[in-house]
Amino acid sequence: MSDYQHEVEELERKSATAARLFDVRRIIGGLFVVYGVIVTIAGITASDADIHKAQGININLWTGLGMLLLGLAFLVWLKLSPTTPPQGDDAE
Amino acid sequence: MPYLADGLRLPTNGLDYAILVIYFAVVLGIGFAAKRSVKTSLDFFLSGRSLPAWVTGLAFVAANLGATEILGMAANGAQYGAYTVHWYWIGAIPAMVFLGLVMMPFYYGSKVRSVPEFLLHRFDKNAHLLSSVLFALSAVLIAGVNLYAMAIVVQALLGWPIWVAILVAGLFVLVYITVGGLSSAIYNEVLQFFVILAALIPLVIVGLKRVGGWHGLTTTLDHSHGHNFVTAWGGTAIGETNPLGANWLTIVLGLGFVLSFGYWTTNFAEVQRALSAKNLSAARRTPLIAAFPKVFIVFGVLIPGLIAAAIAPKIGTPGSNLTYNDAIPLLMQDLLPNGVLGIAVTGLLAAFMAGMAANVSSFNTVFTNDIWSRYVKRGESDAYYLRFGRIITVIGVLVSIGTAFLASSFGNIMAYLQTLFSFFNVPLFVVFIIGMFWKRTTAQAGFWGLLAGTVAAMVNYFYIYKQHVIAIPSDQGANFVSAIVGFVAGAVVMVAVSMVTKPKPEEELAGLVYGTRSPGMEEPPAEGDEAWYRRPALLGTAALVIAAALYVPFSF
Repeated sequence: MSDYQHEVEELERKSATAARLFDVRRIIGGLFVVYGVIVTIAGITASDADIHKAQGININLWTGLGMLLLGLAFLVWLKLSPTTPPQGDDAE
Repeated sequence: MPYLADGLRLPTNGLDYAILVIYFAVVLGIGFAAKRSVKTSLDFFLSGRSLPAWVTGLAFVAANLGATEILGMAANGAQYGAYTVHWYWIGAIPAMVFLGLVMMPFYYGSKVRSVPEFLLHRFDKNAHLLSSVLFALSAVLIAGVNLYAMAIVVQALLGWPIWVAILVAGLFVLVYITVGGLSSAIYNEVLQFFVILAALIPLVIVGLKRVGGWHGLTTTLDHSHGHNFVTAWGGTAIGETNPLGANWLTIVLGLGFVLSFGYWTTNFAEVQRALSAKNLSAARRTPLIAAFPKVFIVFGVLIPGLIAAAIAPKIGTPGSNLTYNDAIPLLMQDLLPNGVLGIAVTGLLAAFMAGMAANVSSFNTVFTNDIWSRYVKRGESDAYYLRFGRIITVIGVLVSIGTAFLASSFGNIMAYLQTLFSFFNVPLFVVFIIGMFWKRTTAQAGFWGLLAGTVAAMVNYFYIYKQHVIAIPSDQGANFVSAIVGFVAGAVVMVAVSMVTKPKPEEELAGLVYGTRSPGMEEPPAEGDEAWYRRPALLGTAALVIAAALYVPFSF
């Protein structure tokens, strides 16, 4: 194995990303739940003009519900299979 | 470069701005939360090679799904119609599958940290330095042009002054990449991917309702633009004319083979996402997972483009005050009520920032690992290179901001430069593919192949096409032909140079060339990687089959 490959292996051993980086599903889930609630409320309180503009579809309501569902799906997935940080020596 | 018409100011209100502000806060939050995971330079530049495949896969597709791509492909849809699908189904999927199935074992398995670094080990310092410097320069340039494109759109849609938009977006990208490194860039790309979907899907649904569904849309366009407008191959026989200015042969070879393979398999801003995956299996699956959304994203940009062509048939013509790039903003303005409108604005801004961030995060990696630590300051500690990576990120963003301001005064020069740089990518693919599969290829062949291919593509475009030596009907068509010329010239020169120079000893090529393996690099497959749905060959084949099948309804 050449030097640069040893160097990368050494850095991989010291790397902290696997052990310390948070799970992105939490962020996607959280943001989409918040957005879903906001946009759904905008849909529930939609004016006639809003609905007329979107060709008779209450697009805020449907988009809001869709985003809410997606957000919840990510949170459920996170709950069902949480990240397991790899074993190994995480110095500090 | 998008130049949007006046009068596209969106009727945004407090609700839309609240959605936008939340997004900007989350972007910064991700950066600062990712900071504690950055301990080594490998964490900063490649997320410690530890991310799961679905994250790197979505980042892979999102890094390409910048706003210039979204607005530009919708513009293609409004201008050329259903030909736009070629950029996705033949111009992306085969190359992504090839990257995952064939090339990734060499990239990931050889533990290189960047695409240029592969050239260093396979060829020599000349090829390495040439491609590193060109990549670094073009990444900063493209980041700047992207920033300027964003500022124009934001000015038209939201009424912010150009300099405010450039500074705000530039500084946000600066902070979250400098603090959180590649992990922060990738996480934001994954988030942006979902937000942009949440923007495009409602736009397509409401838009289709507006024009009487898919059937109503195609009937209208048949009348106004002719039937070829809604087919993928109509009018592309050799000798026929079509608005794209290309025939099926130049589409398949130029776009589908050379341009697409060059972009997807050697552009480090893309490949970097796969190199940050946690093992070889995840790295190979990165472009394959990305291929599935990529197959369908075309509908999210093509359909709004077609709808814009249907409801404003004069769009893009001299008599209209709308340009092709206005397709999506026009529909947003006409059809989306406050709320979803805020999501759409957020999606566009997120896409602009993600596109820029992909360039910045690949620039800092190449500049630090390939230029600074190799040719300027060797043998410093890892902490030094980590610190240097952060400093060069700041410098890179500041230069991009400067480029954006320059572009706002010298727009044409920037567009010209961008075309110029696009020709450096063409021969990269030929150098990789011959170097990976032909052991005899010598170190010198890499450098001369790169140079010859680049020059040939430029001569074809700037002399033979622009000076009308040979008539090619459009810039697009000339692009495809130039790519083929660059590819062939690069290949011929590589073979010729290899014949007269001495090949590298075989032990130096272990793990870099097809049919070799370097000792001690076999990684045991991770638990669960044998599952049938994670088998790269199956994923790749499925993506190809879907792309081919989708052509069928667009072929008649």
